[in-house]
Amino acid sequence: MNAVSLPLVTGPSLDSFGLDTVWVVLLKAVLIFAVLVVLTLFNIWFERRVVARMQHRIGPNVNGPFGLLQSLADGVKLALKEDIIPTRADKVVFILAPIICVVPAFVTFAVIPFGPEVTIPFTDTVTPLQLTDMPVAVLFVMAIASIGIYGIVLGGWASGSTYSLLGGLRSSAQMISYEVAMGLALISVFLFAGSVSTSEIVAAQGDLWFGLILAPAFIIYVIAMVGETNRAPFDLPEAEGELVGGFHTEYSSLKFALFFLAEYINMVTVSALATTLFLGGWHAPFGIGAIWEGANEGYWPLLWFFGKVFFFMFIFVWLRGTLPRMRYDQFMDFGWKRLIPVALGWTVLVAVMRLITIEETFDRQSLLITLGVITGLLVVAMFVPSFGAARDEAETEEPDAPAKPAGAFPVPPMPATGAVRGAAPPLTFADSGPRPGPAQAEES
Amino acid sequence: MELYTPVLALLALAAGFAIFSVAVSTLTGPKRYNRARLDSYECGIEPTPQPFGGGRIPVKYYTVAMTFIIFDVEIMFLVPWAVYFDQLSWFGLIAVVLFLFNITLAYAYEWRRGGLDWD
Amino acid sequence: MSTSTQAGPGAGNSDPYAAGDGYGTTDGKVFTVTGQDWDEVVAGLGEAGDAERIVVNMGPQHPSTHGVLRLILEIEGETVTEARCGIGYLHTGIEKNMEFRTWTQGVTFCTRMDYLSPFYNEMTYCLGVERLLGIEDGDDPVPEKAQVMRVLLMELNRISSHLVAIATGGMELGALTVMTIGFREREQVLDLFELITGLRMNHAFIRPGGVAQDLPDGSLDAVRDFVKLMRKRLPEITAMCNANPIFRGRLEGVGHLDLEGCLALGLTGPVLRSTGYPWDLRKTEPYSGYETYDFDVQTWDTCDSYGRFRIRMNEMFESLRIVEQCVGRLDKLVGAPVMVADKKIAWPSQLSVGSDGQGNSLEHIRHIMGESMEALIHHFKLVTEGFRVPPGQAYVPVESPRGELGAHVVSDGGTRPFRAHFRDPSFTNLQATSVMSEGGMIADVIVAIASIDPVMGGVDR
Repeated sequence: MNAVSLPLVTGPSLDSFGLDTVWVVLLKAVLIFAVLVVLTLFNIWFERRVVARMQHRIGPNVNGPFGLLQSLADGVKLALKEDIIPTRADKVVFILAPIICVVPAFVTFAVIPFGPEVTIPFTDTVTPLQLTDMPVAVLFVMAIASIGIYGIVLGGWASGSTYSLLGGLRSSAQMISYEVAMGLALISVFLFAGSVSTSEIVAAQGDLWFGLILAPAFIIYVIAMVGETNRAPFDLPEAEGELVGGFHTEYSSLKFALFFLAEYINMVTVSALATTLFLGGWHAPFGIGAIWEGANEGYWPLLWFFGKVFFFMFIFVWLRGTLPRMRYDQFMDFGWKRLIPVALGWTVLVAVMRLITIEETFDRQSLLITLGVITGLLVVAMFVPSFGAARDEAETEEPDAPAKPAGAFPVPPMPATGAVRGAAPPLTFADSGPRPGPAQAEES
Repeated sequence: MELYTPVLALLALAAGFAIFSVAVSTLTGPKRYNRARLDSYECGIEPTPQPFGGGRIPVKYYTVAMTFIIFDVEIMFLVPWAVYFDQLSWFGLIAVVLFLFNITLAYAYEWRRGGLDWD
Repeated sequence: MSTSTQAGPGAGNSDPYAAGDGYGTTDGKVFTVTGQDWDEVVAGLGEAGDAERIVVNMGPQHPSTHGVLRLILEIEGETVTEARCGIGYLHTGIEKNMEFRTWTQGVTFCTRMDYLSPFYNEMTYCLGVERLLGIEDGDDPVPEKAQVMRVLLMELNRISSHLVAIATGGMELGALTVMTIGFREREQVLDLFELITGLRMNHAFIRPGGVAQDLPDGSLDAVRDFVKLMRKRLPEITAMCNANPIFRGRLEGVGHLDLEGCLALGLTGPVLRSTGYPWDLRKTEPYSGYETYDFDVQTWDTCDSYGRFRIRMNEMFESLRIVEQCVGRLDKLVGAPVMVADKKIAWPSQLSVGSDGQGNSLEHIRHIMGESMEALIHHFKLVTEGFRVPPGQAYVPVESPRGELGAHVVSDGGTRPFRAHFRDPSFTNLQATSVMSEGGMIADVIVAIASIDPVMGGVDR
């Protein structure tokens, strides 16, 4: 397999695509499809096991080795459930919604690079481990992923139930809000890669990952990708504590399974995109490629690629195990008032810095790394005022006590120390001593 | 166009799978008629009569949608600039900063007027 | 609805889901519940030009309404403009049933009301009965060991109840790990309960005149281990929640209710103490010797859900202090009686662990079956008929984890209560739902309810 010696260590460029024969295209499409379905089944199991460990539980461990077949069993169970279409639902849209949701989820993966050019076993055909690439591949991902939102919104609207509608509205507002931040975060990557094609962006990260030199953009992207996929702590459209099931409250059977599938594929998609854009795609991590020549050749990059994707999957699960859900207004505030200004500022900053380094030849990497660390700290700092502000609000509500309107409900005097946090002095009553009660009976 | 046709293969595959799933679930699942089950879910209570589609949707969502469109168009303008950044050099940077300044001005105005607040 | 053509006779105006002919379904009858002013709400909605109003039922079958609380919310987008409670979905007729059982059997009923704090239900009822019996003081009072054991169990119960409050509150916020941790710690308390009373919940352990049994061997050591474990783990929960900006952001300033509002609505417990007013019946009207224990009343000054959360956390530490003092006292009371000496009141049947792990005391059975006819008659009369309680009424409230819990017991001199009415803090505190949540967002309603921590078993009784 390592027989192919590539002209570039960094991988295929846009010219490598569009040359496949029909059967190679079909083979790759089927493989991507199969990988996504299997990955979904695996990820559901993975999430349940990991979150179970975080919560001192065991998780599914009965069906199959280590419970690996649990998701499959769930899928079969869902298929055997009654397919309910509520009377108040708009039937056509109701049935179409899960299809609209799940198809784009699959399609986005067409441009994700899994690895460099390889020979297909038992043949002489050489092809990149990527279905196709295009000059606007990343925009293609964003565009197609946005179509998936229609599925959620229409599903929520067509169910004819208040909970579904609220969930649908929330998800539309949420996804468009975080898409802005996500798009802005990507600008700096395009700026450095000089391309929007996924394979070329990966190739541009041969020596240094964008995740390191563009750390703030990376952080913004990671936050936005959690928001885009409706995952905790941003899982408002399906907040079971408030909206029961959100947009999929009324869905049952395989229609529900399709929504579920779409959510997990979307998680993989954004993780894969993050890997591609920020973590060097299928390149071997930690300089393994420098000491081991073959690390970036043949089928080995699949290992690095999926390793990085699972790193993000673990982050998703970790967030779910740790954080409560945000409230809707806090969530929107965070997106519009913090992420977007930071992303805008960062875009301008990175453009200026790059221009300076190009024109005047500074040591650009060290400069950018320092800059990245500073801005990274700023990004972390933007979390701080969010609860500082909440505290301010709580304090400003206090000083309404003195002016009691006439006829207000009478209140007893507060203890001399006033309201305290923590142990309070006991109440004393001026008129009488300790009341006669069971207390004195005890002492006698 | 050669670059885009492989997408169709995946699209056909995914669409086929989705349609097959939706179709097959009507066959594999049981069918037991129950009026209460076909009602929309409202926590076990007979659903409140409501205008179809939930009536008028609060205007708040539209403001978000409009702001989004402005920013999305902005991003679309930024992408080609970013790709050809090295060639455009200072001219491109100044042009984009001026453009961003305009957007930011409108953004700051909306923020100041409470267009980004939810309560 | 499109299916209305299939309706049976008279379908136009009758409830299509009413029990009876069971039409409209192929698998059995469909029952629905209506009530309160719901019909008027629905009628008002039907009118044209009212399209802006969206009324949604949250509950009774909802993941975060603490069981079967029903909230009728009028919403505008994400904002709640009006909120009302619907209760009664867990009505079990406990109070009425108690009128048909002996005074002792009443404990078994009332312990099931507020199922998260069973000992407090038993305690307030028994205190009332004991006051009527006049055995609070006098020649034959409730023995000291019984009082200390009651305090021990109640404070352990306070910990378990607060843990559930925090756990379910966390779950409703979406923090599932807070839930699993809370329930994991609660399991420790329930294990202690099982060790001491034999049951994890619904113990019926506190009886008029004392407690049902003496402490089993090794229980004090188990309690000591528990205290040690909790002193390590509770700070972890506190740290996990307090360090989390999202958690604080969700709780701070939500469900605001000041002292005036609390008093006007009769709210007690952590909600009242979150206003900074240190009202705690253990201090203001001590019972069971609470005045002899060293502990502090915990308050907060923000009047919001976050304050209530902090109060619950702090109260668990205070409870641990009290538990430690109880253990110290019980160490010195080995072998002391746990029931009044009066054989007309004390439950005659003695329990002991047999080879099968449970059962009656064989010695006692030998005594009544083989040795003393009078003992058998006495046993029979007391168990089947019960003791008589002098006529009168009594109300001795206790500070349950949710607030003032009291039992108004009325006796007509018979062997059964004439009336037993409970003032359950969950019921009273629920009144604040609309005040706390109107004007907020839907998510805030959930937080406000969680900060009240109602237990529907106690609300509906």
